[in-house]
Amino acid sequence: MPVAELRGVTKRYGAVEALRGIDLSIGRGELVALLGPNGAGKTTAVRILLGLSKATSGTATLFGHDPASRQAKLRRGALLQVGKVPETLKVKEHIELFCSYYERPLPMTAIVAAAGLAGIENRLFGDLSGGQKHRVLFALAICGNPELLFLDEPTVGLDVESRRALWAHIRGFVERGGSVLLTTHYLDEADALAQRVAVIDQGRIVAEGSPAEIKARTKTNGLEDAFLEIMKQNGNRLEEVVR
Amino acid sequence: MNRAYWMESKMELLKMTRLKQYSLSTVGFPLMFYCFFGLMMGPYSTGSVSLAKYLLATYGAFGVMGATLYAFGAGVAVERGMGWLEVKRASPMPPAAYLIAKGVVSLTFGALVVTLLFALGAIFGGVRMAAGQWLLMWSVLVAGAIPFGAIGLAIGSFAGPNSAPGIVNMVYLPLGFFGGLWMPMELLPKTMQHIAPWLPSYHFAQIALVVLHVPSQGSVMGHVEALAGFGLIFAGVAWIGQTRDREKIYG
Repeated sequence: MPVAELRGVTKRYGAVEALRGIDLSIGRGELVALLGPNGAGKTTAVRILLGLSKATSGTATLFGHDPASRQAKLRRGALLQVGKVPETLKVKEHIELFCSYYERPLPMTAIVAAAGLAGIENRLFGDLSGGQKHRVLFALAICGNPELLFLDEPTVGLDVESRRALWAHIRGFVERGGSVLLTTHYLDEADALAQRVAVIDQGRIVAEGSPAEIKARTKTNGLEDAFLEIMKQNGNRLEEVVR
Repeated sequence: MNRAYWMESKMELLKMTRLKQYSLSTVGFPLMFYCFFGLMMGPYSTGSVSLAKYLLATYGAFGVMGATLYAFGAGVAVERGMGWLEVKRASPMPPAAYLIAKGVVSLTFGALVVTLLFALGAIFGGVRMAAGQWLLMWSVLVAGAIPFGAIGLAIGSFAGPNSAPGIVNMVYLPLGFFGGLWMPMELLPKTMQHIAPWLPSYHFAQIALVVLHVPSQGSVMGHVEALAGFGLIFAGVAWIGQTRDREKIYG
């Protein structure tokens, strides 16, 4: 059984069709990257899998449960894009609070080690650097010892070192048997981390496979070229339909 | 589960106490105003009661209202608008814990303001009351936070993160002035006295004044009903805002 699944999911906001029938599944121990241009429907798909928004039609399940249910929430963690995190709590306090939401959280020392926060536990969040803030958010995502992680553009705005460090933490999580749904604009990131890539455009999945398969299919060397090629082909196909 | 409620409240209290723009201004402004109007003009009296005593009730109401409107209004608007509420919603946090924690902060700061005001009134304003009367007034004032929590939450559910503190001010200060919290109702022009019954702040202050045995307007039951009505209406408005927010367009 997949840990997360979307089946025939559509989402309509008034006249705007954000998703037009998406099928996506994530298996145990698998890191799936969801790629696509801005406005393609990535965030909508993630929000539906997190139970933050309801599908117009189709079904979304996490571990066989409704994504908004407590059973589903207890087994997942999420690193979402957030504009501002409360700055007057210490790193340790943020983590303690999120741990209290879960039934079997990881011990503090394990969280601090897994997110690379040693030595800054007692700093106020507002006094941290950008990279450190990101690592705290990662800590909050993993503190409940989840089986599935959602990472929504986790390395935006990070310098190369912080980005590589976060990659190492993500790989560590997958090696321990965790599953991940990653959305990103950095295709080298997907190439480096993902076992499977799904490309989404205009509310549909237009290509899916391992990074190597996708590169082979589009006869390109890099995932970035493959992505552009897929976008171009998909654009052409839509134009044919319109004609 | 229970631990989540306790931790949420504890961390919210720590967070807001360290946030100086909240902790200093919610405590400082009512105390300062009381010093200006209650203590410096203390010898003047309104009817049978000194201004120092009368304004203890109304500035107490003003202080509690401020602590609550800011904790809910500005607090929720910022966390909602900046995406933090979404992170919490994606987590297994019990949804009620979020609101309870904001309530705990409002009640704690409300209680602190009222206690400090009482100390000022007793020490510098020569206010004397029986112990039971002090306790009753304290309880009435602190409990008054509840309907204003709903008003704050309604503001927090609609206002943008940057404009929210300004909007709270635009609501808070007129509610104080027109509700008769800054100076006794009788001193205000007649037209303003007609506006007051339409404001929740007026009903709140009138209940506190009853405890002082000051001639007040209307019946206690009527004021309680009015406050319950305001509370329910704004809780409904807040609910609409929260639902609307969830179905915003995302790419």
